[in-house]
Amino acid sequence: MNFVEQFGLSVFGSNDISFLIVVILKILAIVLPLLISVAYLTLAERRVIGLMQLRKGPNIVGPFGLFQPFADALKLMSKETIMPTGANKFLFVIAPMITFVLALIAWAVIPFDEKNVLSDINVGVLYLFAVSSLAVYGVIIAGWASNSKYAFLGALRSAAQMVSYEVSIGLIIISVLLCVGSLNLTDIVLAQKTVWFAIPLLPMFVMFFISTLAETNRAPFDLPEGESELVAGYFVEYSSMSFALFFLGEYANMILMSAFTVILFLGGWLPPFDIYPLNLVPGFLWFVIKVCFILFLFLWVRATTPRYRYDQLMRLGWKIFLPFSLCWVVLTASFLMLFDMLPKSV
Amino acid sequence: MLSTTLFYIFSIIIVLSCLGVVSSKNPVYSVLFLILAFINSAILFLFLNAEFLAMLLIVVYVGAVAVLFLFVVMMLNVKNEEKNIKFQKYTPFTLLIVTVVFVEILYIFVSDDVILKNISLSENLSFKNNTIFLGNILYTDYFLLFQISGIILLVAMIGAIVLTLRSRIGVRKQVINKQISTSKSDVIEIAKVKSGDGA
Amino acid sequence: MFKKLYFNIKNFFLIEIIRGLMLTLKYFFKKKVTINYPYEKGPISPRFRGEHALRRYPNGEERCIACKLCEAICPAQAIKIEAEPRPDGSRRTTKYDIDMTKCIYCGFCAEACPVDAIVEGPNFEFATETREELFYDKEKLLANGERWEDQIAASLKLDSNYR
Repeated sequence: MNFVEQFGLSVFGSNDISFLIVVILKILAIVLPLLISVAYLTLAERRVIGLMQLRKGPNIVGPFGLFQPFADALKLMSKETIMPTGANKFLFVIAPMITFVLALIAWAVIPFDEKNVLSDINVGVLYLFAVSSLAVYGVIIAGWASNSKYAFLGALRSAAQMVSYEVSIGLIIISVLLCVGSLNLTDIVLAQKTVWFAIPLLPMFVMFFISTLAETNRAPFDLPEGESELVAGYFVEYSSMSFALFFLGEYANMILMSAFTVILFLGGWLPPFDIYPLNLVPGFLWFVIKVCFILFLFLWVRATTPRYRYDQLMRLGWKIFLPFSLCWVVLTASFLMLFDMLPKSV
Repeated sequence: MLSTTLFYIFSIIIVLSCLGVVSSKNPVYSVLFLILAFINSAILFLFLNAEFLAMLLIVVYVGAVAVLFLFVVMMLNVKNEEKNIKFQKYTPFTLLIVTVVFVEILYIFVSDDVILKNISLSENLSFKNNTIFLGNILYTDYFLLFQISGIILLVAMIGAIVLTLRSRIGVRKQVINKQISTSKSDVIEIAKVKSGDGA
Repeated sequence: MFKKLYFNIKNFFLIEIIRGLMLTLKYFFKKKVTINYPYEKGPISPRFRGEHALRRYPNGEERCIACKLCEAICPAQAIKIEAEPRPDGSRRTTKYDIDMTKCIYCGFCAEACPVDAIVEGPNFEFATETREELFYDKEKLLANGERWEDQIAASLKLDSNYR
């Protein structure tokens, strides 16, 4: 049985049509809560940053402003879609779709709980890494197709930035994989039963988090958007739903990268200690709590730090993160070799 | 059955997108077609049970190399007419290279070369997955070749850096460490000036 | 040497960033300064220059004597007054228009008025949907005066010590 068939079987089960329906229901069960949490992440961002700036943030629409995301969605949907005159129509339309779809398809391999994953492929980490490295295309195509210098500058910045930080992300992932001995996300989580990797690999955890900030174009690395110089960066020319797709894609990416961080370093669905009151809480809930914590970190950092200058960003990525993560990979490998702690080959 | 049909669908997409790469007037479209070809070849790797290679192809070629291609092509802003003239000028060379490559590939398929068959991934099912299999092969049988190719790439990278590196005189550089580690006492001297003596 | 080492260590462990994060976290839990505007409003100074109003004496007589000092001083020339003697012989305005779209809310008209007739009241929520509604006539101004008299009188009294 080859990989595609295996993949097909794990997704479709068999040729029976009822399995197809089950799979579609499963996908909906992932995508719908995801979209709702994206909507509420936008609200949470405004509230958290507001609170940190001694403001209250949106609190009028509904109780505590809880209906604000829906009001925003309605507003965006009722707006006019504007196509710039010189734009490349096909690419202009397809760019936000790429961003959005890529932010969604990565969720196929995320394990929410033990055995609770849409498709448990054995190169899960690489799949996530590949999908996140594709995310740059939505940005760069949008920037080029808009035929606007601000959008183009934003896209160029974004492309360089995402490619640079992927290098150190890759090395950080390798140092985690050295401790696990598998590319499967479920195995990675299960390898953290005794101790979360955030503790022995703390520097890697911090660097991974900072790199994900750069990878998702979040403050302090939000140069592709850079309101003060590029108006809004690569999506200046977008309006209405195409803008909303970018927005949703960006926030879905944030949640995705948080989930990735949680799986790699914070023990996925595992409770912090396997003791009585803690292991009563279902694993899924632990997963959500940890993801929320990382998301809060995202917002917290945004409210705290000013934007990096572009050369500083590149310096951090290439001159600090890359050598440091490379050293750490060697260090981890030597340590594991020395104490004979390398995971056994299957 | 299913996989044969899928195989042909994806192969046809690859061939079509490769045609698109060479025939489209706009260089940006060419790169985008190239990306489509890469992604579909990754899917073909999946048919060979080579999911590790498939993902690597996407990460390395689509995620990094093609991004840089796209980057450069967008920056260059090549005019369409210019491209046509160049295309005619280089046609003989192109034909030569294409013929050579084609003959080479044909030779590999026609002759009973042993190397190809040894590396066939789908026949080595003794391993749980091909990541482990690949690692085993690369770090045992082909260890030397693997290291040499790594060193060649390193040399190429260093060469590129050496070629473009030039130290200019009189350029004031920002040394961030020095800036942060400057303390107040380094830059400010607080002097007590008696009233009237200041001037 | 020691100082350099100290700074490098501080750099390496991101001490400054963590301190910054702690600061924002402290602010996260602080009392918020936002005023829920339509439901809560900030205090207004007695000298606040808001929407105009024409006042009356307590017996109901208009204060304005059509001296046209306000019209003369208005830097934006937003005020237009026409006057005629009334049947009882007193001089009163027949027309007192303020174009609120021209007005710059400088308060000179209120300063110039010898009888405290035209004043700028505490009201600032008089946005309208059409421009026409902002061309105030005498009737509207007098209605404003009646509506805001209590507050206008109170703030004039508070401010009187400083005039």
